[in-house]
Amino acid sequence: MTDEPDAILRMENITKIYPNGIMANKGVNFSIAAGEIHGLVGENGAGKTTLMQILFGLNHPEEGKILLEGKEITIANPNAAIAHGIGMVHQHFMLVPSLSVAENLVLGVEPRKGVSLDLPEAIRTTEALSKKFNLKVDPRSAIRDLPVGTKQKVEILKALHRGARILILDEPTAVLTPQETDELFDELKLLKDQGNTIIFISHKLNEIKALCDRVTVMRAGKSQGVFAVADVTEQDISRLMVGRDVILRVEKSVAKPKKPVLKVQDLMVVNRFRKKAVDDISFTVRQGEILGIAGVEGNGQRELVEALTGLGLYASGDISIGGKDIKKLSIRGIRDLGTSHIPEDRMTYGCAADLSIEMNLLSYTHDHPEYNKNYFLMDINAINEVSNKLVEEYRILCSSPQQEVRRLSGGNIQKVVVAREFSSNPKLIISDQPTRGIDVGATEFIRKRLVTLRDEGCAVLLVSADLNEVMELSDSLIVMYGGKITAYIEDASSISEEALGLYMLGLESQGPEEIRRVCHD
Amino acid sequence: MTKSQRLFEVYRTGLVILISLLIAMVIILLVSEEPGEAMKLFLIGPLDSLRHIGNVLEMMVPLLFTGLAVSVMFSASQFNLGAEGAFFFGAIGAAFIAVNWNLPPVIHPTVAILWGGLIGSIFCGIPGLLKVKWGSSELVSSLMFNYIAYFFGLYLINYFLRDVNAGAMVSHRFVETSKLIKIIPKTRVHFGILIAAVMVVITAIFLFRTRWGYRIRVIGTNIRFARYSGINTDRAIILSQVIGGFIAGMGGSIELLGMYRRFEWQYLPGYGWTGVIVAILARNNPVYVPVAAFFLAYMRIGADIMSRSTDMPNEFVAIIQGIIIILIAATSFLSKQRHKMVVKEAMS
Ligand SMILES: Nc1ncnc2c1ncn2[C@@H]1O[C@H](COP(=O)(O)OP(=O)(O)O)[C@@H](O)[C@H]1O
Ligand SMILES: [Mg+2]
Repeated sequence: MTDEPDAILRMENITKIYPNGIMANKGVNFSIAAGEIHGLVGENGAGKTTLMQILFGLNHPEEGKILLEGKEITIANPNAAIAHGIGMVHQHFMLVPSLSVAENLVLGVEPRKGVSLDLPEAIRTTEALSKKFNLKVDPRSAIRDLPVGTKQKVEILKALHRGARILILDEPTAVLTPQETDELFDELKLLKDQGNTIIFISHKLNEIKALCDRVTVMRAGKSQGVFAVADVTEQDISRLMVGRDVILRVEKSVAKPKKPVLKVQDLMVVNRFRKKAVDDISFTVRQGEILGIAGVEGNGQRELVEALTGLGLYASGDISIGGKDIKKLSIRGIRDLGTSHIPEDRMTYGCAADLSIEMNLLSYTHDHPEYNKNYFLMDINAINEVSNKLVEEYRILCSSPQQEVRRLSGGNIQKVVVAREFSSNPKLIISDQPTRGIDVGATEFIRKRLVTLRDEGCAVLLVSADLNEVMELSDSLIVMYGGKITAYIEDASSISEEALGLYMLGLESQGPEEIRRVCHD
Repeated sequence: MTKSQRLFEVYRTGLVILISLLIAMVIILLVSEEPGEAMKLFLIGPLDSLRHIGNVLEMMVPLLFTGLAVSVMFSASQFNLGAEGAFFFGAIGAAFIAVNWNLPPVIHPTVAILWGGLIGSIFCGIPGLLKVKWGSSELVSSLMFNYIAYFFGLYLINYFLRDVNAGAMVSHRFVETSKLIKIIPKTRVHFGILIAAVMVVITAIFLFRTRWGYRIRVIGTNIRFARYSGINTDRAIILSQVIGGFIAGMGGSIELLGMYRRFEWQYLPGYGWTGVIVAILARNNPVYVPVAAFFLAYMRIGADIMSRSTDMPNEFVAIIQGIIIILIAATSFLSKQRHKMVVKEAMS
């Protein structure tokens, strides 16, 4: 551990317990020095976001205090945080999609002309800031038309515009391509040179190494100490993070794909802004293969998944599963063809948080004969039995299957989702960000399961914004950009991150002939 | 819910009731010339004779039905307030059969009650249908429908069932075979209370042990999850409203056949509204409905007895009910204590 340099900001003995009983921070000490880039690492669920939300006034700790330049302060809400010069860029952006960059930037602190917004002034402000901090944005474009990397710049500018001197960035690189990440790092270093202090959250250790001066490691809600980045290796940090050596390497044999299960032909999906979100794409997923879809979020993946699962409509084209056209089928009808779906957002679609684990495990199968005693009554014993079995098999950490899902940690909630979706004998698994925001143990578990299912003959479509995941886990890859497929990589292990990044950014594209190879008969 | 949280909810509800009763006491102290007598009558009046105990049980019957009805509808997160209209309109349906038909005993009331239930289910089903077809708010449409039920119902009584020889606007007398028998001598407690008890059990089984009830509860907690899972949400929403309406319609018929000789309501009787309070107190759980219905019935009878022999008006029950609703609906009431409990649990 390093000696304390003069701390500009210090959090002492912070404990936070959420209403669901999860203790997200336990007596955490955290301090940052003026003008440094301070890394905050820890695996998903370690409590990083919680700690920073406390600093930004979005959460209130049960215990502990915050000192700014030696004086104790209370941060009741984000406005108070901003008044103290603390700004935060969240994991999920908080921008109004239909408004322009300039309008978003000044939201809440608008320059006015009479009662209305002085737009020219807002644009001038944006341009000036953009220049000063070398964060290039076009003040006039609407947020919804911007790529993720640019949205992030708007968020950073927004914080700076409100007078932030201490900038918290919560996993900013999770949504970026390698190229965008490099750009961000240059910008952050410039901000640091201009005297700002930055807290950079990540769980990618190479990024910490490349960018940060010091790093605080968190595990299971506790701080494991603070270190000068130069003094520690990635292995050291990793051990502190997880408590053991982990190599997130998926063990899998070469895929032996058989017949196609999912066939998508000339699919077009139009979103609510009347843009072609999915623009004339065709591909197949075969038994015994994992086809990955790489791409920056917001390039049509969500709309594609919604069309495939029946949650959303599609404008034209054909989708067939196991040889059956799904155009006229309900969601239930599509599921009955053997389709399982791990949704991108587990809290919105993946579970009913206020019902028990047991009830959540049954949402698709509840009317199958094995869970019903007769025409009227469900078979409680059979339900208990199978949920006990699943809880055990999927190692869901809970007090009992009757526990409410809300009370579980993120990783265990995802295991409930996965247990349900994997246990209904699927032929096709549509797996959308299956390990987003969950701990290493659960991630490992879910990835292994996907491979096992593949080996048993399942067709797996894997959508993931996590480059590592999509490259490690997929047998073949397609890249989506702007609603189109820009590349098909038959052997996912043959491509480098950088090359993939070029396709993801739309800077390069394969020819139609090459892309068509993803359609099999 | 963990055990301690369930206990906490019981504690919270108990505290709400206690606070509202305390406020009732304060009101009595402030308003009444004879507060001691008024309080005594209000609190223990319902227990001081068999007749009064009978009154509480009689009052419970309609509240049990509307409380169950609202619980089922609310379980699907549909804020259908049509229980009032369904109760009233179901009773009118039953009145037609009770006046015009000649059937053997037992069969006669059975047919009338089922008919009343059917009418109630159509009545509550329509706001559900409008909701799933056009997304119109079930809250608004069900309120409108209550007015339709009221005016249309009175019209039907007036033009088809009215006994012109009777002084008031009432129907002809019910055929004797249609009436529900009294089961406790010296009171008006009728067979309907047994039907209500059976309905409590059936409704609880329906919600917690059948696939339809399961779907209703899933929809009520997260409708997007229900849709994603392949549940036909439209169908389950309508089903919940139809069943709720059926129970309310049954309740109206039973109240009529158990307590009256003619149809003589000139106003909406208000049991549907009280049913909402019952359901809120019972947290939409049929198992708790009898407790909540008993409490409200007790309070109403207490106020009634008090108003008859003191200067306190019995309308003050409405104030107490209002306080109960506000406190229970206020999720932040006692939320600090709840959080403390969570913290304690997490620390241990
Ligand atoms: N609003 C919330 N309510 C309940 N539990 C939460 C909430 N936010 C986070 N948690 C839980 O707190 C723990 C820490 O979460 P978080 O601070 O988001 O971790 P990190 O950012 O390090 O991934 C996790 O177990 C998570 O499930
Ligand atoms: Mg986080």
